[in-house]
Amino acid sequence: MEMLRFATAGSVDDGKSTLIGRLLLDSKQIFEDQLEAVEKTSREKGFDYTNLALLTDGLRSEREQGITIDVAYRYFATPKRKFIIADTPGHVQYTRNMVTGASTADLALVLIDARKGILEQSRRHAVIASLLRVSHLVLCVNKMDLVDWEEDVFNSICEEFSEFAAKLDIPDLTFIPISALNGDNVTTHSDHMPWYGGPTLLYHLEHLYIASDRNLIDPRFPVQYVIRPMSNEHHDYRGYAGQVSGGTFRPGDEVMVLPSGMTTTIAGIDSFDGPVSEAVPPMSVTIRLTDNLDVSRGDMICRPRNASVATQDVDAMICWFTERPLSERTTYGIKHTTNNARCQVRHLAYRLDINTLSRDESATELNMNEIGRVQLRVTAPLFVDEYRRNRMTGSFILIDEGTNETVGAGMIIGTDA
Amino acid sequence: MKAVQVPHLDALEAESIHIFREVAAEFERPVMLFSGGKDSIVMLRLAEKAFYPARIPFPVMHVDTGHNFDEVIDYRDRRVAELGVNLVIASVQAAIDSGRVVEETGPRSSRNKLQTVALLDGISDGKYDAAFGGGRRDEEKARAKERIYSFRDEFGQWDPKNQRPELWNLYNGRHKRGEHIRVFPISNWTELDIWQYIEREEIEIPSIYYAHRRPVIKRDGMLLAITPFLTLLPDEVPEEMLVRFRTVGDATCTGAVESPASNPAEVIIEVAAARITERGATRADDRISEAGMEDRKREGYF
Ligand SMILES: Nc1nc2c(ncn2[C@@H]2O[C@H](COP(=O)(O)OP(=O)(O)OP(=O)(O)O)[C@@H](O)[C@H]2O)c(=O)[nH]1
Ligand SMILES: [Mg+2]
Repeated sequence: MEMLRFATAGSVDDGKSTLIGRLLLDSKQIFEDQLEAVEKTSREKGFDYTNLALLTDGLRSEREQGITIDVAYRYFATPKRKFIIADTPGHVQYTRNMVTGASTADLALVLIDARKGILEQSRRHAVIASLLRVSHLVLCVNKMDLVDWEEDVFNSICEEFSEFAAKLDIPDLTFIPISALNGDNVTTHSDHMPWYGGPTLLYHLEHLYIASDRNLIDPRFPVQYVIRPMSNEHHDYRGYAGQVSGGTFRPGDEVMVLPSGMTTTIAGIDSFDGPVSEAVPPMSVTIRLTDNLDVSRGDMICRPRNASVATQDVDAMICWFTERPLSERTTYGIKHTTNNARCQVRHLAYRLDINTLSRDESATELNMNEIGRVQLRVTAPLFVDEYRRNRMTGSFILIDEGTNETVGAGMIIGTDA
Repeated sequence: MKAVQVPHLDALEAESIHIFREVAAEFERPVMLFSGGKDSIVMLRLAEKAFYPARIPFPVMHVDTGHNFDEVIDYRDRRVAELGVNLVIASVQAAIDSGRVVEETGPRSSRNKLQTVALLDGISDGKYDAAFGGGRRDEEKARAKERIYSFRDEFGQWDPKNQRPELWNLYNGRHKRGEHIRVFPISNWTELDIWQYIEREEIEIPSIYYAHRRPVIKRDGMLLAITPFLTLLPDEVPEEMLVRFRTVGDATCTGAVESPASNPAEVIIEVAAARITERGATRADDRISEAGMEDRKREGYF
């Protein structure tokens, strides 16, 4: 069955968790004991109605504060598709958790409170989704019940958002007016908004054509682990285990290994279930090579005429997650594919203004939750592609070497500084 | 080229295998928690696949409450021998005998809380820096919040309000001496996925997961098996019923469900139609309070 991964996004209290609760409830995915627990808590707290957000806001502090703090993952299936949902927090302080949830999503559901319109946080999340190259974006104008189901309100929000989105890279944009609280246009059409002729949210999620983020063109295989059984039966066995990150690999293919640049052919592709005749993303397999080359974790198997760029200079967009700002000349740990190295921030080219999308070139630091473009110098070559071509070989994380925290997410733009 | 869709079980399997290999490559002393339950059995199969044709390059650890089902222990020992992996036992009984912990008494007593002590002792005794667990995010609302690499401080504590961002498939396993990472390779699997995989891969699991007749009592809306470890309340009378287990844990707090399902295909039909969660139906330990699981996890529970 086809699987769609989607993440919620938008400002605090726009109704993201309520929407997920509603979607799960109305598609009969909530178990009796779960619903009972939520009804009981709602009664105890003196709410007028069952707070469906409690279905995903599972942490004690989230329930106490009535906000989402960290991503909740939920799973559901309809006869059409299987879904993995990441319900993310809207609060600006937890932007890093929204990025966590969105980084693996095919689709972002951006919620807007119809009364409030588009807020800075709505823009930030839309920008992040587009930087992460989440291919589909659905703008849900929520709480339509609080604006008398007015078509004009919906239209003017759509118009304003379209204008903003035109400056972003969003291949597929859809607008749906909803009430998460009451379920209007979530799984069934709303009687309150006869002027809306489009699909319900669930119908849209079930039927949209999923633009795959897999690159099936450029063969890339980051070596993850070398398998040497050290047993009598497999005495001379040496296999390179990893997950295919791009293109297709077949036995007999001529391949090149970076950084050595040596070429050889694929002797065989192995798996527990037998030989593999064709390996594509995201399969985890083991490749054997014909010649005995020196290959280890962090190396990249690709093709002689289609290879990643081996470089120590990386030009990238960065989302910054931590209170200590990113500044020039600071050194961080970097993890890219299966490589760990260190890098220094050589230059901060600009900071992105989330509201206007203009570039502030006078910026000298990136503060928490800010986005900017940097040039990095890495201690050893990485084997990279542009993020827009390949999510897996074009992304990296930055790590604070003192605290071991993950402090930034990077998306590679260019490979020459 | 046609963009062939990857069937969802294959996508889940590939993700899990990637996680196993990543940990084996980056950590010095990983260990895998293995209870003999269906999730850890699937996890063990995935580990076997990840390193094939080599052996699994880390030991497995059973946190043993002493309240076991014989079928599960037999299975555990057989499987471990087949795979040639080392089995480490972190024993709750040993912790009780040494006076490190005091056991609750009475009919509703449970060794659940003591498991955390045995687990943390086991991890620090073995100097393990990573421990694979079979937790799934669909099991429970606190688990739904957990990362695939879940950082634990020197006391084994989880801080749910301050988790590391986790992007793409780039996992950050860095830690200081004494800290460790809990790794959940099957985070994204659901109960149904597990059963579909067991069926597809023809994985053998302990017989108590399938329908069988056994004497049980009804307590707090659950069916508890009569075992030497269970103390009956005055008015409780055992009754023989056709049951199976949906989860397998400590025998005193794992409930059975009435079921005629005798093979994976029948279980799949049952699971797909279930109206109560797996833990809600079968785990007394989860009923402690609304935040029972979160509180136990903060202290270092699985
Ligand atoms: N009237 C009305 N209220 C709604 C609607 N959707 C959500 N709400 C209410 O808005 C409040 C916030 O909802 P949540 O679902 O917690 O918002 P959220 O976007 O998940 O918030 P964060 O996760 O903290 O960013 C709750 O009180 C909801 O009951 C709606 O369609 N109509
Ligand atoms: Mg929320």
